[in-house]
Amino acid sequence: MSTRHILLGLLARGPSHGYDLKRRHDERFPQARPLAYGQVYTTLQRLVRDGLAEVDATEADSGPERTVYRSTDEGARELAEWAGGIAPPAPFVTNEIFAKLVVSILADGDPAAYLRAQRTAHMDRMRELTALKTAPGADLSTVLSADYALNHLDADLRWMTTTAARLTHLTAEVDPA
Amino acid sequence: MSENHPGPVPLLAARGLVKAHGRTRALRGASLELREGEILAVTGASGSGKSTLLHCLAGIARPDEGSVTYAGERLDRLPEKRLSELRRTDFGVVFQFGQLIPELTAVDNVALPLLLAGTGRGEARARAGEWLERFGVRGQEEQRPGELSGGQAQRVSLARALVTGPRVVFADEPTGALDSLASEQVMTALVHTARESGTAVLLITHDAQTAAYADREVTLEDGVVVSGAGAPLGVSR
Repeated sequence: MSTRHILLGLLARGPSHGYDLKRRHDERFPQARPLAYGQVYTTLQRLVRDGLAEVDATEADSGPERTVYRSTDEGARELAEWAGGIAPPAPFVTNEIFAKLVVSILADGDPAAYLRAQRTAHMDRMRELTALKTAPGADLSTVLSADYALNHLDADLRWMTTTAARLTHLTAEVDPA
Repeated sequence: MSENHPGPVPLLAARGLVKAHGRTRALRGASLELREGEILAVTGASGSGKSTLLHCLAGIARPDEGSVTYAGERLDRLPEKRLSELRRTDFGVVFQFGQLIPELTAVDNVALPLLLAGTGRGEARARAGEWLERFGVRGQEEQRPGELSGGQAQRVSLARALVTGPRVVFADEPTGALDSLASEQVMTALVHTARESGTAVLLITHDAQTAAYADREVTLEDGVVVSGAGAPLGVSR
């Protein structure tokens, strides 16, 4: 996830200071890891260094001094390019489940039992996510984040179902003896 | 509405069910329990025996061997007359393709089980209208099934299955023909209503995202419950 582009995106709605950007980020992306203040300020300084943002004003109403940032034209161009560019579809996803299966076959373990246990763990997580998104008052950001996770877990499950059906062949390939 | 009997005694229990269609054994010793008010998903590949299991549990088919106990009664031994009475009063069924009566309007489809149970037409239609509203299909009362979207038709089927206040709803792939948003609406409506009324749901599905709405999941493989059966049930192959 590109924090600099997300901050530029939040600045697209108008000038803002670091604390406000952090708060809006955490609200907008409830399932993401909350941004650390340090990370927000470091990223803002880099955006200024690269000419993508600039200092708009310095406020000191009743508390400590706060720097307000705004996006530059260069920043808006960079943001449009990033937001419209495709995220490269991964050719092969790193697959810990597959690694565990192969190792289980090599070490004379019980890969079928492992797959069943993994399926149970996936289903437990899917039930939690379903409860989260169907809870009364769940906001759309939460629903969409839960949907994304549910679809990925579902893809894992489909793969595990097919793999369970091919386990005999896989065992013969991994461990021909 | 039925009285609740929470506790360790299952509302519906199958033990060692065997059922053949011709020479194919669809069930080979399947056992499971459904507790009062519980939403249980039965998953498994095509041909694993899910629908046959539902038919045996709902009293639509009789097993060749094994037992089905519902609220203390041996369902597999009941005379047909008592079975159809139970299906009318205690059970509701929803299929993949809602199986609504095409000539009847949405509200008349939902009112039908009440009419069959002897409720007057005016009251039956009024109660059917309330159920359609609960399932978010208000305004479609006078439309026929062919004029409804797949998701709307399925919510009408759910209303029809729940209108008599059953203790158990059997749902056989209720989202099988729907896209993901319509599935979500149907499942949210089903789960919400079942929880509110304390109705137990036996949900047959091959879809993990649908199964994730349930409290618990059991998996059928080649006619046998292989995982998640809960208490030891003496499963035999």
